[in-house]
Amino acid sequence: MEKVLEVKNIEKYYGNKSNLTKAIDNINFTVEKGEFVGIMGASGSGKSTLLNVISTIDRVTAGHINVNGEDITKLKGNKLNKFRREELGFIFQDFNLLDTLTAYENIALALTIQKVNVREIDKRVNTIAEKLGIKDILKKYPYQVSGGQKQRIASARAIITNPKLVLADEPTGALDSKSARQLLENFEFLNQKMNATILMVTHDAFTASYANRILFIKDGKIFNEIIKGNDTRKQFFEKIIEVQTLLGGDLNDVI
Amino acid sequence: MLFKLSFNNMKKSIKDYTIYFLTLVLGVAIFYMFNSIDSQQAMLQVSQSQREIIKLMITMIGFVSVFVAVILGLLIVYANNFLINRRKKEFGIYMSLGMGRRQISKIIIMETIFVGIISLAVGIIFSIFASQFMSILVAKMFEADMSEFKFVFSKDACIKTCIYFTVMYIAVMLFNTFTVSRYKLINLLNATKKNEKVKIKNPFICILIFLSAISILGYAYWKVTADINSLNTANKILPPIFMGIVSTILIFWSLSGFIIQIIQKMKNTYLKGTNMFVLRQINNKINTMVASMSVICLMLFMTISILSSSLALRNTMQRELIEMTPVDLNLYKKANLPENYKKYGIETKTTKEQREDSKIPIIETLKNNGLDINVLKDMIEITIYASNDLTWKDFFGDKLEQLKAKFPNLAYDTTEQIVKISDYNKIAKLYGINEYNLNDNEYIMLCDFTNMKEVRNEVLADKNNTLTIAGKQYKTKYNECKDGFIAMSTNHTNTGIILVPDNCMLTDNMKEMTFLVANYNANTKEEKEKIEMIFSSSDSGFIQNLSNNGLDIDGLTKISIMEASIGVATIITFIAIYLGIIFLIASSAILALKQLTDSSDNKQRYTILRKIGCDEKMINKALFRQIGIFFGLPLVLAIIHSIYGIQFAIKTMAGIASEEDLLPSAINTVIIIGVIYGAYFLATYFGSKNIIKDEE
Repeated sequence: MEKVLEVKNIEKYYGNKSNLTKAIDNINFTVEKGEFVGIMGASGSGKSTLLNVISTIDRVTAGHINVNGEDITKLKGNKLNKFRREELGFIFQDFNLLDTLTAYENIALALTIQKVNVREIDKRVNTIAEKLGIKDILKKYPYQVSGGQKQRIASARAIITNPKLVLADEPTGALDSKSARQLLENFEFLNQKMNATILMVTHDAFTASYANRILFIKDGKIFNEIIKGNDTRKQFFEKIIEVQTLLGGDLNDVI
Repeated sequence: MLFKLSFNNMKKSIKDYTIYFLTLVLGVAIFYMFNSIDSQQAMLQVSQSQREIIKLMITMIGFVSVFVAVILGLLIVYANNFLINRRKKEFGIYMSLGMGRRQISKIIIMETIFVGIISLAVGIIFSIFASQFMSILVAKMFEADMSEFKFVFSKDACIKTCIYFTVMYIAVMLFNTFTVSRYKLINLLNATKKNEKVKIKNPFICILIFLSAISILGYAYWKVTADINSLNTANKILPPIFMGIVSTILIFWSLSGFIIQIIQKMKNTYLKGTNMFVLRQINNKINTMVASMSVICLMLFMTISILSSSLALRNTMQRELIEMTPVDLNLYKKANLPENYKKYGIETKTTKEQREDSKIPIIETLKNNGLDINVLKDMIEITIYASNDLTWKDFFGDKLEQLKAKFPNLAYDTTEQIVKISDYNKIAKLYGINEYNLNDNEYIMLCDFTNMKEVRNEVLADKNNTLTIAGKQYKTKYNECKDGFIAMSTNHTNTGIILVPDNCMLTDNMKEMTFLVANYNANTKEEKEKIEMIFSSSDSGFIQNLSNNGLDIDGLTKISIMEASIGVATIITFIAIYLGIIFLIASSAILALKQLTDSSDNKQRYTILRKIGCDEKMINKALFRQIGIFFGLPLVLAIIHSIYGIQFAIKTMAGIASEEDLLPSAINTVIIIGVIYGAYFLATYFGSKNIIKDEE
């Protein structure tokens, strides 16, 4: 299988000599084409930092990250922007849609900044909107649609450029359970039918249960890894809960 | 402690303060410069009569300064309010830590004092240097001698500036204290969480409103230019002005909606790079900015119109002055004085001496009253004839009714002035203007006053037009008025002189006045001024002799015309530049501050762009275009307004300012506006760039 993402011995330190925080402490993993990987961990475990360094928003202190064979820790300036624009797709917890643009325009913007030609843009936006069930709301503004629809618009924007890797940061964080389920079904669709490679960070076990494989992170290290394999989603969900308990999940931390 | 806090606040928010500070400094500087005009070095070099004009100008600038102070005061309150609003959260934190409103007020007052003192100091220092340039400008306008240069500081202007600005700052402090007293902690802490709903207008209404606004504006434009003759009373100008204002507001209200409709149809443009984002951004903001954009546009329009027409007026006046004052002296005296006649509309009895004197040439009168005739040279004396048989009414003939309907206010009983062709040619030769020749049965109408020329041309256009002069019929030689004049003037004011062949049977009792033109017999400016005193000063022996003998000669001198005229033009120009620049600063500052607020409110949007992969270059380009359009739109509309506004001004000032002087003046105006407006634009762009910069 083709390796889309290779994370090799990365470390990330914050602070100065007298007060050093290791946000990431020697993490290694790979994601193959067509995989749907979840990353779980409590607040402060380092999962957001991990996503930030993969998405090139932040830089690693040591180690290498290869996306599609290219070492992105070595990219700089405009090449970095080009890489982010063309190889990655982002889905954020708070949607990050432009409130002045319609749904159509929000999705199209990802293509216009890549200088894709007009006819192509129109075709691709309509196709993806149909697949994600948002064709009816293309003319609406973000404030006119529900949270779930907003996140689907954001997903359409992330996927429309055919990125090598889609990074989702707590995509269901701001959604009610019904919208969350709908969105995750969309993710499944993108992953299985459109062969999108998705890396999703979450702390919610239900959301994570839609992934094929889950990495657990604690104190900046990979603590555990579970694979869905042939399990049903319910079985997989129970497994996740087990690991979370073992990990000393959120609740235990409180006590 | 509070002192330290407010000082550090200033240092921290220095970027926010740039525009505010720039505006204050400019305001102070301009205020000082214009109020210090009287002590400028150039003023010490000008002549006595010019000093009178300057006194008048200073009084006027004093009045205008009060008005300017009000504008600047409002601007400062507005700008300050903007800065305070941006710091709501900071104040919220102070309050949550237990600081009282009074202490917060104290912090703000201290900051105001800081900014006030520094801006006053910087402004005055800057303007002391800048006013040296002003001095050169003044010198050029009054043609004063600036060969020795001296550095001038005006204490009076400095004190005046300080007092005015202190009052303004106190007003700002009171206003701020009032604002702070109404703060609620919860609102302060949540100040940054502001949900802005995107208002969407119905596209069809937008298009409809836009098209009707354009039509209203077009009608107003037509009214003030092509149909200008119908605006013959002052209050008739109000409807077009009102239409202009309304359509400006409507255009800004509907423009973005209209444009976005069109560009959305042009998919190749719309779906390219960040175009879509920029357009939507403008569309979104224009909705909330209709009022301020309209005010800015109208202010710019006033600036452009005032500046270009006043500069044009001054240039025309100066150019025409030289053309219209070819000799040093014009003297004229009424001939054939009857026992009773209307002098300036008042029944006057004449004495025997006066009646006798009116029968002799001016030269004789001069000699009789003890003038050394050697002070004059190039003397030419002519006679101007007139008769009650030939008035304007007679000239217009059968066109009279038609003209009366069109121009009801003309004095149709005015007698026409008649001059023999050879007499005129003698003067024309000395003046260096066109000489004419005539056949026995022809006449020429000389007229250079624009409005009158138009009226007369309607009559002359008729080829069969004839005129009965001294019992004989004459045909017009040309089908239009010809340029020419006899009496010197500040500009083209000859309403009509009829040139007739020398053999015309003009009788002695048709003599209306005798007219003498001459130059002073002197080579230097000083000598000329000495001779001038003989004719203009009431102390001169000649004038005293005249009045002792109960006689009267009217006259015009080149020097007096020049000085009076330059004075008027200069006052107008100065006041116009003063007001124009203040308007310009006010509108640029408002626009700049608005943009900066928007940039900080919209920071999130730029962050999103960055997250979906726009590089800094693309983002900066989008920002630049957005701010450029916001600065550009009011300017473009203002320029279009001014094209018509200036045409209107030129036409109403007919004969005073000419169109050929307009282009250079307009260019100068554009340069002035470009520098100030451009500086604000750049300051806004760089300020906004800083605001939207990624902090990570």
